[in-house]
Amino acid sequence: MKADRAKRTGMGNWTRRLALAAGAAASLALVASCGQQQGGAAAADAPVNIFNWSDYIDPESLEQFTRETGRPINYETFDNNEMVETRLLPGQSGIDLAVPSTYVAHRLIQAGALQPFDRTQLSNIGNLWPELVQRIESIDPGLRHVVPYMWGTVGIGMDRAKVAQRLPGVDLNSWAVVFDPANLARLSDCGVVFLDSPEDMIPLVMFYLGDDPNSTDPAVVDRAVQHLMKLRPHITRIHSSEGINLLAGGTACIAVGYSGDMLQAGLRAAETAAANPAFTTTVEYVLPREGSQLWFDVFVMPKDAPNPEGAHQFVNFMLRPEVIARSSNYVQYANANQASKALLDPAVRDNPNIYPPEDVMARLYVNAPKEAAFLQRLNDAWARVRTGT
Amino acid sequence: MSGAPAPRPTSAGTPPAPAIAAAQPRRGARIDWGRLAMIGVPYGWLIVLFAFPFVLVLKLSLSDRALAVPPFRPLIEWERGLEGILDFLAALDLESYTGRLIQNPIYGEALANSLGIASIATLILLLVGYPIAYAMARAPRDWRPWLVMAVILPFWTSFLIRVYAWVGILQPDGLLNAGLGALGLVDPAAPPRILFTDTAVIIGIVYAYLPFMVLPLYASLERMDHTLLEAAADLGCPPWKSFWLVTVPISLPGVFAGALLCFIPIMGEFVIPDLLGGPDTLMIGRTIWVEFFANRNWPVASAVAVVLLVLLIVPILLFQRAQERGLGAHR
Repeated sequence: MKADRAKRTGMGNWTRRLALAAGAAASLALVASCGQQQGGAAAADAPVNIFNWSDYIDPESLEQFTRETGRPINYETFDNNEMVETRLLPGQSGIDLAVPSTYVAHRLIQAGALQPFDRTQLSNIGNLWPELVQRIESIDPGLRHVVPYMWGTVGIGMDRAKVAQRLPGVDLNSWAVVFDPANLARLSDCGVVFLDSPEDMIPLVMFYLGDDPNSTDPAVVDRAVQHLMKLRPHITRIHSSEGINLLAGGTACIAVGYSGDMLQAGLRAAETAAANPAFTTTVEYVLPREGSQLWFDVFVMPKDAPNPEGAHQFVNFMLRPEVIARSSNYVQYANANQASKALLDPAVRDNPNIYPPEDVMARLYVNAPKEAAFLQRLNDAWARVRTGT
Repeated sequence: MSGAPAPRPTSAGTPPAPAIAAAQPRRGARIDWGRLAMIGVPYGWLIVLFAFPFVLVLKLSLSDRALAVPPFRPLIEWERGLEGILDFLAALDLESYTGRLIQNPIYGEALANSLGIASIATLILLLVGYPIAYAMARAPRDWRPWLVMAVILPFWTSFLIRVYAWVGILQPDGLLNAGLGALGLVDPAAPPRILFTDTAVIIGIVYAYLPFMVLPLYASLERMDHTLLEAAADLGCPPWKSFWLVTVPISLPGVFAGALLCFIPIMGEFVIPDLLGGPDTLMIGRTIWVEFFANRNWPVASAVAVVLLVLLIVPILLFQRAQERGLGAHR
């Protein structure tokens, strides 16, 4: 199971990085020599080229789309936001639809890499959940360039038995479990994983310390970085996609990660336990009561998309309540489609860690878009946190 | 073992082949297309796959980052002809090198760390690889193809899977600690933490690169003339001394080739530290990744790559000189 996962994500990474390098070189030459090409009108059976997160859709939906429209789908996956941004920024990516997180979409909009959706071609757009969608107005006023897909939170994945044994009497539904150095020190021996993402982790610690997570005040950032330095000796792994494996395999007992990843780790551990009675690892996702980051992944369409018509068709297809509900059931992420709520598995819909109750929803924040210079500060600070010096 | 020494290539000393000599003095310079094509293939290869990408990277390192498509400026405006190219050249500057690269100590640290890990790993590779290559070269002739095959065999499995397998071996309750615990070498209740440390990275690197060390060593040891050792023994030289005075010097080109073949790619290694290293395993490959993907600062990422390349050219040149000297000494 583990090796299989490693093979899929790891090899994908490699080939993608290679392809990326080759693509960057090729597109450079193209852009320089023949100028920008506009995606022209594509044939009715032209394929739709989709670039989505790995394990992020019900595969049956893709087949259904092709059956209904006659359009094949070229489906490629990535496993971090940097990958999709770097793929789209050089232009000429050959992609019709990508699914980055909102803060990446914001930068892509600013760079002029995206084209707006034509709402008249999206008859199902009214199914979206207004209160939720309004939270991403700050990155794209009027939601012209983005259509929300899934959303989730950042929280804690834990093997409750192992954690409770090391932290008797501590409230496990709180960020203090991982962000209080005294607690984390006692968990270090069973494996602690943090996300390798300064844009998620540093604001989260700012939030835990009672500061505004979107503050750009250097003093506030420094305070969070100093705090991370105190936690650093007890962190065993800083990685964005390995958390699932390490939790599910029992190599780590606690991780800060994305809701869907942590829930998938839980499913995988349960599968292993079903096959092997001696395997006692369990993983559950905890959305701490203090609140957390709320993030969205959104459909975006590159400016030079070869098949914008097919892209609109696919987005409209995914906006159908029964289609998106199937994907939510499959990947264990909440979607932004209000009409689909009635069609979800109760296990997904009634799970407060996937669809949080309203009082918790009110305590969730959205990462504001950040300036390049500020981002570089975060990345530099993070490099120090990683090395611990 | 045949007593005759292996024939050596004698291209430099012998007169040129008669066909070429006859073709040359005819009226005017007639172009020998066949010969040109022969020479052209490797040069073409180098130009297309090394020089051209390097110029692109160098050019990128002299550009400025931009929030645009593509994320750097300036671009060559071909439609403006020569003027466009001149404007483009004028806009290039050294800021990527003089700015972050020097001011932020992380690059120096990453470089020093990579150097340290690559040096230690290469040394271990040499210590492990030499006995293996030696045993292979001294094995009966019929066995040798099978032994070479055994060294190459791991390549049939994906590199990533082989590296990832070490996660299972090195983890606290993994095979290594279980084995050491059974031997009573470690305390099973508090097994030492190896996974996600520099030690794990070095173990992974030594494992992954071992064939690249063994094969060149084997190639130079296998060609060795064993009558030299017999002569040394006849003259009263004890085996350890003849090994040191005869075998080791003869195998030096193999040692250099193996060491460079390992050292250079290890310097830029990204995958093994990513899978087996801890958060504090800082190698230069990672800093390039961060600049490229996280900071989207393509110029600085390219500058780091250029600096790495320039630093690696030094050992390559040293190797070349050593090899030339080695060939000269044998002639």
